[in-house]
This record gives sequence, structure tokens and C-alpha cells, in this order.
Amino acid sequence: MNSIVSERRRMRTGLMAAAVAFGMVGLAYASVPLYRIFCQVTGFGGTTMKVEAAAAPSADAVKALAGRTVKVRFDGNVRDLPWKFAPLAKTVEVKIGEQNLAYYSASSTSAVATTGTATFNVSPAAAGKYFNKIQCFCFNEQTLTPGQSVEMPVVWFVDPAILDDPDTRDIDEITLSYTFFPVAEPGNPPGIYATGKADIPAREGANTAEIPYRGS
Amino acid sequence: MATTADTVALKAHDDEHAHDSHAHGLSFFQRWFLSTNHKDIGTLYLIFAIFAGIVGGALSGFMRWELANPGMQVLPWFTEGNIDAAYHLWNVFITAHGVIMVFFMVMPALIGGFGNWFVPIMIGAPDMAFPRMNNISYWLTTTAFILLGASMFVPGPPGFDGAGTGWTVYPPLSTSGHPGPAVDLAIFSLHLAGAASILGAINFITTIFNMRAPGMTMHKMPLFVWSVLVTAFLLLLSLPVLAGAITMLLTDRNFGTTFFDPAGGGDPVLYQHLFWFFGHPEVYIMILPAFGIVSQVISTFARKPVFGYLGMAYAMVAIGFVGFIVWAHHMFTTGLSVNTKMYFTAATMIIAVPTGIKIFSWIATMWGGKMTFETPMLWALGFIFMFTVGGVTGIVLSNGGVDTYMHDTYYVVAHFHYVLSLGAVFGLFAGFYFWFGKMSGKNYNEFLGKVHFWVFFVGVNVLFFPMHFLGQDGMPRRIPDYPEAFAYWNQIASWGYAIMLAGMAVFFVNIIWSLLAGKKAAANPWGEGATTLEWTLSSPPPFHQFETVPDLTKAKSAH
Repeated sequence: MNSIVSERRRMRTGLMAAAVAFGMVGLAYASVPLYRIFCQVTGFGGTTMKVEAAAAPSADAVKALAGRTVKVRFDGNVRDLPWKFAPLAKTVEVKIGEQNLAYYSASSTSAVATTGTATFNVSPAAAGKYFNKIQCFCFNEQTLTPGQSVEMPVVWFVDPAILDDPDTRDIDEITLSYTFFPVAEPGNPPGIYATGKADIPAREGANTAEIPYRGS
Repeated sequence: MATTADTVALKAHDDEHAHDSHAHGLSFFQRWFLSTNHKDIGTLYLIFAIFAGIVGGALSGFMRWELANPGMQVLPWFTEGNIDAAYHLWNVFITAHGVIMVFFMVMPALIGGFGNWFVPIMIGAPDMAFPRMNNISYWLTTTAFILLGASMFVPGPPGFDGAGTGWTVYPPLSTSGHPGPAVDLAIFSLHLAGAASILGAINFITTIFNMRAPGMTMHKMPLFVWSVLVTAFLLLLSLPVLAGAITMLLTDRNFGTTFFDPAGGGDPVLYQHLFWFFGHPEVYIMILPAFGIVSQVISTFARKPVFGYLGMAYAMVAIGFVGFIVWAHHMFTTGLSVNTKMYFTAATMIIAVPTGIKIFSWIATMWGGKMTFETPMLWALGFIFMFTVGGVTGIVLSNGGVDTYMHDTYYVVAHFHYVLSLGAVFGLFAGFYFWFGKMSGKNYNEFLGKVHFWVFFVGVNVLFFPMHFLGQDGMPRRIPDYPEAFAYWNQIASWGYAIMLAGMAVFFVNIIWSLLAGKKAAANPWGEGATTLEWTLSSPPPFHQFETVPDLTKAKSAH
């Protein structure tokens, strides 16, 4: 019944509004992990899928597709690392659903040990959610000693569900692209502004997976 | 919501100041620098916006001058003939022009200026809810402007000064492309301007919800108050997202985070999503208060209440709501899937429905009214015409397929200048002439006002309409030089700028003449059509208005 009551009401509305503003700042930051999860789940923007070997279709399932094939092109890039990095085979024609193995070769021209991490995506972007990787060098950071050459495996298959999706069933060529970036460690040339640790989920013991790295 | 508690409170407050109806006892410094009076702060905002408008307009003048002919003629003067520096200077100019016009001209004038001046008066309140916070908002805005100005004179990309990122500040151009401190200053500028607007929004929301006079229910509020209320909510929900995004940009630049850097698992497209989640509501923030002003003006000069009042109010609420779920139509070329584009195309086109409700309701308001065509009415009619043209090109661009061709061409530039430079700015001038007598106590010169309108109207149309043709022919945005094929319409557009400039000269002559020699303004110069509360007060209103709280419990409407 006095000005204190109305003052209190104003403060309450004002504070509620301020809380909304702070909530929206929080939402902006929450969007970073949410966006990443969204891309990983939906394959948005050509984000490839990571699956266990058991998820690969059985031989019967592949046979049922009557030999439907897709051409897969490989691409390799390096940024700010003294590495040479390229696929061994530029293109390969594979059966949809069949598990495949591809190698990339990387060699260091540096005088010191250097560590890089690879980002990846596929084009056309709509094919991302059907491009399943069982094992990939991109799941981990890779370290090359001076002058070392190594051939790094990717184990993958194209999900037969790609043939059921109206957006993707006409795709007959998929490009898988990797770009190696430096990870900030002593001896690495510094990126222009990037110094943070790579945020690609690492898998325990992935380096000792079934398919070995080749080279020395 | 206006309860008796409020009434008692307001009366008690007013009794305290019963003899304090003027600003006596305040020194110049106290009154204008430490101001807590909503009308004084509104005046400060308007002066600031006019100043910023001159700076932003001068920048665009140099841009039109440079574009008048193919080749680089004008900008190399500033760079001692260095052509690369001139190219960069162009980017700095478009960036500063955009940021200044959005954050330091349109927003301060519409929200800080007219909002501060007339929202409390129109709802029968003695002042804003948090007068000191109001002062903080104003001075944060001016500080932000200074920071932006400073950013033009410190290193940006290697070898050049200033931030040439565009008002969108996309990475990686704004991160690895601009290692110098110019972008940092621009980011701080946006932080401060954003904080000022958020504080202002909190102030408006609290004022409108808690300080309405008895009987002034939500559904009796004038449409200008509704427009500012919706705008305040848009500010409150969208600006913090921009603040978050540019803070991530700042830490990406300076502290080694990789929110938008693929090298560390980030994604530059995420920035675009965050920016446009703010950026699209932002364009409604700039136009909604103009909608409100136009509603007041049309109803006043048609001498009829606004047609479909509730529909008009809730159309603005609907525009505000839908404005939050259409952002990716700014990103049709970033590789969205077909389905995503379909959704954003359809959602964007839906905005035409509430907007159409508003356009047709304005026309219906005029239908059968006793219309007169004083200067504010001319600007309001010009607004409806221009905004409709800009709205139609907006529907063209909203189509994801068409936009693939139109993206980043002058067609887009034409579109958003029709809705903003012609829409919002015509709304601004409508409000300025409508309330000039009320604010200053002096009548403006009607003849000069009309000359200003017609010259400006012709000028901006000659300036912006040819940009549609340039865009359809494929002329890209953000280039200082172009092939001979684009020369014809570019030259005409530049002549349009000169005509517009002549119109602005008339405007400034009018202001100076009116302030010095204008006749004393009556409390209500507009007659029976002017029904809102500001016309019940003297011109200018007393330093503290509503010593007797207006009682609208019996009034059928207050709009």
C-alpha cells in the first residue's frame, strides 16, 4: 500500500528481465556443445558417423543390395604443419554396405617431432550421416618423428540406408576430405591463433586397433 | 495490472515534487550529464542519433562517390594513392556505416529517443522505472560509439588500419584475417552498445508492466507503447546471444579458444548461426518502433482510432516471435540441406502475414477518415509505400532457391535499405516531425518539412531503386570497383545520394530555424485525432509530469 510495494514490484520485474538476459548468454554458450552434438547425430554439414565394427552390415545384407556401388574420392590437406599428406588411392569404387579399408600416407619434413590432428567431412554434406567410420586416424592426435613416414588406415562403410533417403539415393560419388592441423606442443609451429587442444573425442587404445599403421 | 497501490505510490511521489515542475536548481552539468529525467535522456539520445547519423551518412556519401564511376577515384585520396589500402578502407567504411546506422542511429533514436520520451508519458507514468539505469544506458551507448570510432584508426589486417569485417564480423576474416586490435575495439563497442540496450530493455519492460496509470490496461496502451514493449523483449532475448558470440570471437582471437576454428574442432558456421539468431530479431528491433510511430501518426491525421487495434498489437507480437525462428534465411548458401532451406523459406514467408495485417490495417484506418497531409503524415505514408516495396523484395529473397542467385548482390542491399533506410528512417522522421513541437516547445516549419519529405523521397528512390537492377545483373555487395557494365545504374544511384543530401540540408535548416525562430507550440497542435496522453500536457511537458495521475478507468481507449 505504499511506494515500497511498488518499488519492490519494479525490482522484481527488473531482476526477472535481467535473469532472462543472463539465461540467453548461457544459451549462446550452450549452443557450442549442442551444435556439435547436433552435427554428430544428424551428420549435418557432412559430419561423418563413428560406429563400432559390429554395426557394419552382414555379408548377406550387402549381397541383397545386388552390387549397388558408389564411387568414393579421397582428399588430404595440411595447414600450418611441415607434413606431406595424401591418400594412397585417389578414388575407389565400393559396394554399398561393404566394409572397406583406405590408407593415407603422411610424412614429416620437420627436424623435430610434430603432432597434428585431422578434421574431416564428406561432400555432398547430405551423405555425412551414411558415411560410417569404424576406425580412423582422425580419432586421435598423430605424432610424427623427424623424417618419419607413416601410412594411416581408415576403416569405413557406406550405410545401405543411403539408398532409402530421397535426398541421398541419387548420390553416386562421395568425397571424404581430411585436413591436418597442428596441435600446440613444443616444437610445433604455432598456428596463427589456434593453440587449444583438439576437441575430437579420443578413443582408448584406438592406436592399437585391428588395422595397423604402416611405415616407419 | 495498475492497482491502487500504484496510484497511492505515484501520488505520494508527485506530492513530494509538487513545486518542482521545472529543472530549476540543476546546473547544466547536473541536468545533462547526470540526467535521470526520461525526457532529458530522450533528448540526449536524439542529439546523439543525429550526430551518429551524420557520421554514418557521410561514410555512405564517400562510398556512393567512389561507386559513381568504375575505377578507384575517391578512396585513394585517403591512403596517399595506395590502392590496396584504399580497398581495405572501403571495407572499413561499409563496416562502420552498417554498425553506426544500426546501433548508433536507428536504435538510439527510435528506442532511446522516442521510447524514452513518450513511453512513460503515454502510459501516464512520471518517469522510467529505473531512472539512473537509464542514464547508464545512454553513456554506455556514447562510449561504445567512441570505441567504434577508435577502431578505425588502429591496425586491423596486416599493414592496414581499421576493422573491415562488415557489421556481421564473420570469422575467419574477423579472427585470423584481422590480427590487429581494430576488431577487438569493434567487439568491445558492440559489447557496450549491447549492454546499454539490454539495460534499456529491462527498463522499458519494468516501466510498461508496473507503472501504467489506473485504467491504462495492456489492451488500452497506445500502439507505440506496444511496439516498444515487443522491441524490448526482442532486445532482451537476442542481444545476449550476440554478446556470447562476439565474446567467443574475442577469446578465439586472444586467448587460444577454438569455438569457430576447425583446427580445434570448432566451426565458423556456428558463428553465423549465433550472429543471425541475434541479427534477424535485430532487424525487427529497428522496424517495430517505427510501426508504432506510424500507427500513432496515421490515426492522428486520419482522425480515427487505429483499425483493428488488437490485431495490430498482436501482429507485432507475432512478428517478434516468428522473427526468432527464421534466422538461417541469411545463410542459404552455407550448405544447408534442402529440407532445412524449405523450412526457413516457408517460415520467412509466413512473416508476410502479420506484416500484411499491419499494412492493410493502416490503409483501413485511413479509409473514410478526415485525412490531412501535414509533414508527419507524409512521412508515414512514405513509410507504408517504401516498407511495402522492401517487404515484397524480402519475399523474393526469402526463397532459398532464388536467394542462391541473389545472395550477396546489390538486390539484397536494395532490399534492406528499402525496409531500413527508407522504412525505419521514414518512421523516424514521421515521429520527429510529429513530436518536434511537443519535445522542443517550438513549431517546426511546415513548408520546409514538406520540402524535406519530397526531396528526400525522390532522392532515396533514385538512390536505392537502381540497386535492384544492379543486383539482378549480378553486381556483388561490398566492392569498391566494378566492371563497366554496372556503371550506368551506379551513377544514377550516386546522383540519388546527392538529391537525398539536399533533402537533409533542408532538414537541418528546418531544425535550426524552428529552434531559433519557431512559434510556440500548442499543447495539442493536431486536433481531435491526437488522443494519446502526451497531447494533454503542455509543450514541452513539465520537468515532472502528471502531478495528478491521469485516471483512464472510464476511458474507452487511450490510443
